[in-house]
Amino acid sequence: MTSPNTLPANTSDRNSLFRANLAGRYRIDTLFATATWTAIAIAILVLAALLFDVLSDGLGSLSWSFLTSTSHYKPEKSGLITAFFGTIWVMGVVAAFAFPIGVGSGIYLEEFSQEKLFSKATQFFTLWFFPSSPWRHKLERWSEGFETLTLQIIEININNLAGVPSIIYGLLGLHVFVRIMEPVTGGRTVLAGGLTLALLILPIIIVSTREALRTVPDSLRQAGFALGATRWQVLWEQVLPLALPGILTGTILALSRAIGETAPLLILGALGLITKSPSSLQSKFTVMPIQIYQWISEPKEAFHNLGAAGIIVLLVALLLMNASAVFLRNKLQKRI
Amino acid sequence: MTLSTLKRHLPIRLTAVALTLALVACAGGGEDTTDGEGSSEGGSASSNEVAIDGSSTVFPIARAMAVEFMEANSDVEVTVAFSGSGGGFEKFCAGETDISNASRPIKQKEIDACAEAGIEFVEVPVAFDGLSVVVHPDNDWAACMTAEELGKMWEPDAEDTITNWNQVNDEFPDKALALYGPGTDSGTYDYFTDATTGEEGKSRADYTATEDDNIIVKGVQDDDGGLGFFGYAYYEENKDSLKVVEIKNSDGDCIAPSLDVIADGTYNPLARPIFFYVKTSSLEEKPAVADFVNYQIDAANSGLIGEAGYVPLPEDILEKVQVRVDEKTTGSIYEGGSSVGVKLSDKL
Repeated sequence: MTSPNTLPANTSDRNSLFRANLAGRYRIDTLFATATWTAIAIAILVLAALLFDVLSDGLGSLSWSFLTSTSHYKPEKSGLITAFFGTIWVMGVVAAFAFPIGVGSGIYLEEFSQEKLFSKATQFFTLWFFPSSPWRHKLERWSEGFETLTLQIIEININNLAGVPSIIYGLLGLHVFVRIMEPVTGGRTVLAGGLTLALLILPIIIVSTREALRTVPDSLRQAGFALGATRWQVLWEQVLPLALPGILTGTILALSRAIGETAPLLILGALGLITKSPSSLQSKFTVMPIQIYQWISEPKEAFHNLGAAGIIVLLVALLLMNASAVFLRNKLQKRI
Repeated sequence: MTLSTLKRHLPIRLTAVALTLALVACAGGGEDTTDGEGSSEGGSASSNEVAIDGSSTVFPIARAMAVEFMEANSDVEVTVAFSGSGGGFEKFCAGETDISNASRPIKQKEIDACAEAGIEFVEVPVAFDGLSVVVHPDNDWAACMTAEELGKMWEPDAEDTITNWNQVNDEFPDKALALYGPGTDSGTYDYFTDATTGEEGKSRADYTATEDDNIIVKGVQDDDGGLGFFGYAYYEENKDSLKVVEIKNSDGDCIAPSLDVIADGTYNPLARPIFFYVKTSSLEEKPAVADFVNYQIDAANSGLIGEAGYVPLPEDILEKVQVRVDEKTTGSIYEGGSSVGVKLSDKL
């Protein structure tokens, strides 16, 4: 440790702790830049190779009849229309459930959970019913501790749930949505499949909602309160519009994950052969990833090419979703 | 509120409206369809629906039959899933499907589960398959192998010890051995381990296990010390790039799998029957199910089985199967055991 007044005046002194060594610093810079470029080049090359492979296998099989036919045992008569509409139905259910619940949970955890609403309710309750009981304070302290603990457990769980293998959600969906909730879902249906995938992406949406809310500076909230706005007004008029682009991006990325999921729906019993597209939430269904999986595990080469063609269709759908995410984000960001 | 604030909050308002609408639609949709359901159970109760699940090995047969059957009977809707023999029975014994495809006979614990749920079934053999053992095309030593040699390679004790071809047979060269096979959930795996190691469902764990047989094809194609097994259809599609190993049968002859030897029983012990199981109550109460079962075992449709890559049952066996279906003989001819070494024509 050197005190400030013993610092050498000449910083280029050989014995000094500080050495300019500009050449060395630039070398490290270049080295790091090269490393990052290599990393991205590998990623892009792999992606390009995959795309090339899929396109070269699949483009030949991609035709109007492929897009409009149902599943068939002859490769040349096969198509993915039922799987395509199945995917659309399922994604509709996923979005309708995962978005409001996920965003709502995120908002609660980020904006309201600090307020200890449960503890306040307990306080109110105890004050009303036993205003002079010696147990009152104990009960209030207990309820506050309970709420803090519950919130912590919920937070840990949400963060961990994002890493649970998707097949586990399939097992859960099979028992909860297909078996227990059978009177509502009607068994192995669009609704059961959509709910399962909604659960799967819920943690992702919650986490990204919270991240988006965290990027809104606290000074904005405080300014709102200072001007006499209620918590709801601050959230609705100030915080949410600012966080919305981030929330939407997170949601659409989560939906993009759901659209490509195979394993949970396979467990759930999505179909390999169905000739009717879904007509209600309680229709049986198949989705594009299931159909692709089935085709590429066939012995015949012609089916593998159909699988590749299916992948192209799925990729286009995915790109459209991601593009809409970017579009929405840019549009909303400009307004604010 | 000024126009600008109105504009600023437009997206959020629109989202809110969309959300509300979506929720209402969902709630409404849910209720509305529950009302209409009433008598239906498991989605398979409608009398012109046939719900099938089970083995992915049998799936191509069921699909071919279903497509042709629906072309002839446009009012019937046949749906086929492929969650595996075990997964299929799980749903079958829960009463969720009419027909369960299986690449192995039903196991005792599955029979018990069905019995507990009060589900009776008729066992219907539908075709033969010949498990094909394949090696790299450059492999010139493994021309003919016995089931014992295969067992030596695959048994649980071989794990980490049998790692070279010359440990299996002295005449084989010094070459690292790499094994490829279907995952432990598959009926194909169950049958193969039973026929070779003698213990159904037990093998070494250090082999490349996959649910997609094309991975086995690719693995063996790229590995000159590789050996793998799968259904005959996969060998037939990859004849040019893989070499099939002849199997020494019970008469001591070296036999390579082909349609003829699989059908006449000389390709043993690796030829196996594959099945579907039909719920007796569906067979009795749902004409569509009965029609579809009869369609599948009609000799006139056996071309579809060949098209799917399997070997149709000979006519004499088909006749016995037809009698079984007509009389609705319930239970399994294997009584929960395996089908290795059992002659189908004797048992039916």
